[in-house]
Amino acid sequence: MASVSTIDPAFLDKDGNPLFHLAEEPHHPEGSSTMLGFWMYLMSDCLIFACLFATYAVLGGSYAAGPGPKDLFDLELVALNTAMLLFSSITYGFAMLSMEKNRVAATQGWLAITGLFGLAFLGIEMYEFAHLIHEGATPMRSGFLSAFFALVGTHGLHVTFGIIWLVTLMAQVAKKGLIPANQRRLMCLSMFWHFLDVVWIGVFTFVYLMGMLR
Amino acid sequence: MSPHPASENSGIWKLIFGRLDWSAIPIHEPILIATFLAVAVGGAAILGLVTKYRLWGMLWRDWFTTVDHKRIGIMYMILGLIMFVRGFADAIMMRIQQAWAFNGSEGYLNAHHYDQIFTAHGVIMIFFVAMPMITGIMNYMVPLQIGARDVSFPFLNNFSFWMTTAGAVITMMSLFVGEFARTGWLAYPPLSGIAYSPGVGVDYYIWGLQVAGVGTLLSGVNLIATIVKMRAPGMTMMKLPIFVWTSLLSNVLIVAAFPVLTAVLALLSLDRYVGTAFFTNDMGGNPMMYVNLIWIWGHPEVYILILPLFGVFSEVTSTFSSKRLFGYSSMVYATVVIAILSYLVWLHHFFTMGSGASVNSFFGITTMVISIPTGAKLFNWLFTMYRGRIRFELPMMWTVAFMLTFVVGGMTGVLLAVPPADFVLHNSLFLIAHFHNVIIGGVLFGLFAAINYWWPKAFGFKLDKKWGVRSFWLWVVGFWVAFMPLYILGLMGVTRRMRVFDDPSLQIWFQIAALGAFMIAGGIACMFIQFAVSIINRDKLRDTTGDPWDGRTLEWATSSPPPDYNFAFTPVIHDTDAWADMKKRGYQRPTGGYRPIHMPSNTGTGIILGGLSVAFAVGMIWYMWWLAGLSFIGILAVAIGHTFNYKRDYYIPQDVVERTEGEHMRQLAMQG
Repeated sequence: MASVSTIDPAFLDKDGNPLFHLAEEPHHPEGSSTMLGFWMYLMSDCLIFACLFATYAVLGGSYAAGPGPKDLFDLELVALNTAMLLFSSITYGFAMLSMEKNRVAATQGWLAITGLFGLAFLGIEMYEFAHLIHEGATPMRSGFLSAFFALVGTHGLHVTFGIIWLVTLMAQVAKKGLIPANQRRLMCLSMFWHFLDVVWIGVFTFVYLMGMLR
Repeated sequence: MSPHPASENSGIWKLIFGRLDWSAIPIHEPILIATFLAVAVGGAAILGLVTKYRLWGMLWRDWFTTVDHKRIGIMYMILGLIMFVRGFADAIMMRIQQAWAFNGSEGYLNAHHYDQIFTAHGVIMIFFVAMPMITGIMNYMVPLQIGARDVSFPFLNNFSFWMTTAGAVITMMSLFVGEFARTGWLAYPPLSGIAYSPGVGVDYYIWGLQVAGVGTLLSGVNLIATIVKMRAPGMTMMKLPIFVWTSLLSNVLIVAAFPVLTAVLALLSLDRYVGTAFFTNDMGGNPMMYVNLIWIWGHPEVYILILPLFGVFSEVTSTFSSKRLFGYSSMVYATVVIAILSYLVWLHHFFTMGSGASVNSFFGITTMVISIPTGAKLFNWLFTMYRGRIRFELPMMWTVAFMLTFVVGGMTGVLLAVPPADFVLHNSLFLIAHFHNVIIGGVLFGLFAAINYWWPKAFGFKLDKKWGVRSFWLWVVGFWVAFMPLYILGLMGVTRRMRVFDDPSLQIWFQIAALGAFMIAGGIACMFIQFAVSIINRDKLRDTTGDPWDGRTLEWATSSPPPDYNFAFTPVIHDTDAWADMKKRGYQRPTGGYRPIHMPSNTGTGIILGGLSVAFAVGMIWYMWWLAGLSFIGILAVAIGHTFNYKRDYYIPQDVVERTEGEHMRQLAMQG
C-alpha cells in the first residue's frame, strides 16, 4: 500500500531516506489527553441519565392508584430552581473568562458565587422532596415516583459532587494559583457543570412540563 | 440469611454486624469447608513464602503501586487465571452433578448450593476471567503497538486494575461468608428482588459487579484516549495494527455499554434497599424493563469480549503466514459494523417476551446480519493463509482451531436468531452449547493464542511447545466432547439450570459431556504445567532478539521484556506492518544520542481505594451502615487527597537509558 513516495516529507532525513525514529522527543503537552478522556467520561455519564430517562418514560404513567404529576408538581418552584442552576452556569462561564485573563481573585469569586447558586438549587430540591415525602408521595409509593426520585435525585447527587469538587478546586487554586494543571481541572469541572445544566433542561422538560400535560 | 433473627444481644450486635451472624459461615457444607481449608492453607503458604523471602517491599514497589501498563497487564492476566480456576471448578461440579442425578438420585449438590454454582460460574467467567484477560492483553500490547511510552492516564490504569480486583474479592468472599446469588448470571427480577431473594447473595452480586464496573469503564476511557492521542508519528488510523483497531472498538463498546449496567444494577439496589418499585410485580413496577436494560449492556458485552481476540487472530494469522493481512481495510470496516450492530440486537435474548412479530423480525434480521461482517473476517483470515508460508506454532494452532470451532457456534447463533426457532430452543441446553461454542471457541482460544504469541515479549522466553500441544489437543477435543451433547440435549428440549432429571435415556449424553469437561481439566492442567516447565527451562527457551516469531508490528521492535520506557526513541511509522517495513528497509538501531525519558511515578492510591471499596461493599451487603458510611467518606478523602499531589512524574536519566539499550545491543550482537 504505502510506498516511500507517499511518506510525509517531515519523516524523511536530509538525503530523502525514511526516518524510523525521532532524535528529539516529540513534545506531548502535559494532560493533552485529559479533555478527550473527560469528554468520554461525560458521555458515559450521559448514558446513565439516558437509562433513567428511559425508565421514567416507561414507568412515568404507573401511578399505582397514587398521586400523579398534576397532583404533586409545583411549576413555580421548579422554575425558580431552574433559574438557580442556569445562573450558576453563567457565573461558571464568568469564572472561566477570569481564568483566561489569569485573575485569581475574580476566578475564585465567580466560583464561590457558582457554588452558592448550586447550593440554592440543592436546597430548593431538598425542600421539594421533603414536601413530597411529607404528602406521602415517597419513592416507594409507585413506579412513577420511583422513577421520578431516581432521575431527579441522581441529578441532584451529581450537583452535590460538583460542589464538593468545586470547593476542592478553590482550595487548590488558593494554594497553587492558576497553574496549567489547575486550569485544566477547572475546564473539566466547567464541562461537568454545563453538562448537568443540559441534563436539567431535559428533566425540566420531560418530567415537569410534560408531566403537567399527562 | 439468619434463621433465628431474635438473639439475646441482637441490639448491639445488629448495630455492629448488621445481618451478619454465625449462620453465615457454611459449616454444614463439607465441600465449602474443604475448599476453605485448601484456600487457607495455600494462602498461608504463599504469604509465608513472600514474608520469608522478604518480597513484600518488592511487590509493593514494583507491582501493587506500579503505573507501568506492562506490569498492570500482567497483573490482570494473573487475576484472570486465578479466577479461571474458580470458574472452572464451578463448571466441573455442575457437569458431575448433571451426570449423576438420574434414576431418583439427588446427586451430591443440594438445590441451594447448585443454584449458586451456576450463577457464580457465569458471573466469574464473564466478569473476572474474560474481562480481566482481554483488558490485560490490551493494556500490555496497545501502547507497544502504537509506539507509546504508556497509556494516557497511568494512575487511572492502576486504579482500574484494583477496582476490578476488588470486585473479584467481593465475589469470592461470598463463597465462605454468606452465599452468592441463586438467580442466574443476570439476576432477573422479580426473582432477584428482595421479596424472593432476601439473603445476601444478590447483594454480593450487585456490589461485586458495581465495583468492578468502575474499573472496566475507566480502563475503557483510558485505552480510547491512548489510541486516539498517543500514536507514534506517521501512524494514521488506517495504519493502526489491526489488534489496536479491534481494541479501540471494544473499548468504545465498553464506554457505551457499561454505564447501562451501572444504572440498571443501581435501580435493582434501590428496589432491594429502599423498597422502590422499578422491577417489582406490584406498585407499577416492570420487571421486563430490567431484562431490556441489562441486555442493552449484555449484548455489546459479548462483542467487547470477542473483538480484541479477532484482532489477535488477525495478527497471528499474518505473522505465522509471513504475509501482510489480507483485506486490512475490509477488516477495519467489518469490525466497525459489528460494533454498531451489536447495539441493535439485544432483544433476541427474549423473543419469547411477546413483543410481537414485527419487533421480533427486526431484531432477528439485525442478528442474522452480523454474520456477514463476521464471515468477511473469516474469509480474510483464510485468504491471508492462502499461499502463505504457514508455521504451525502454538498461536497458529489455536487460531485454526478457533476458525473451525467458531464457525459452528456462529451458525447455531444464526439458527437461534430465527424467532420461531428461538421459541422452541429458548432457555434450552442448545443455547448453552451455542454461547459456550463462541465464547470458548472464540474468546478462550483467542486468549490462549495471545498468551502463547506474546509470552516471549512479556518475559523474554518462549513457552514450552510440547506441553502446549498437549494442552491444545485436550482442550479442543474436550470442548467438542463436552458441548456437542448439549446441542443434542437442547434439540430434545432439555432446559438449562436443571439439577436432577427424570428421563434415564438422557443420562448418557450428560456423561459424555462430563467426560469432555474432564478432558478440558486435563488441558488446563497441561497449560499450568506448560507455564511451570517453561519457567524452569527459561534459559533454553530464551529469546534475545525481541522478535522470536519474525513479527510484523512495533511491539517486536523493542527488547523482550521491553524496558520501562518501551522505546528509547519515539518510532516513526510509514506502513501498516511497521516493524516488517523497518526490517525490509534495513533499519539500523540507533546506538547513541539518548535523552532522559519522562515517565509517570508510582502511587499507592489505587490499591487503597480498591481496599476501601471492598470495605464499602461489605458494609452495604451486610447492612453494617457504619462501615459503609466510614469507607465511603474514606474513598472521597483519599481521592481528593490524591488530587493535591501535583508531582506525578520523573525522568529516567540518560545514563540509565544508555545502559539498558547497550545491554540489549550486546545481546543482539551475541545472537549474531
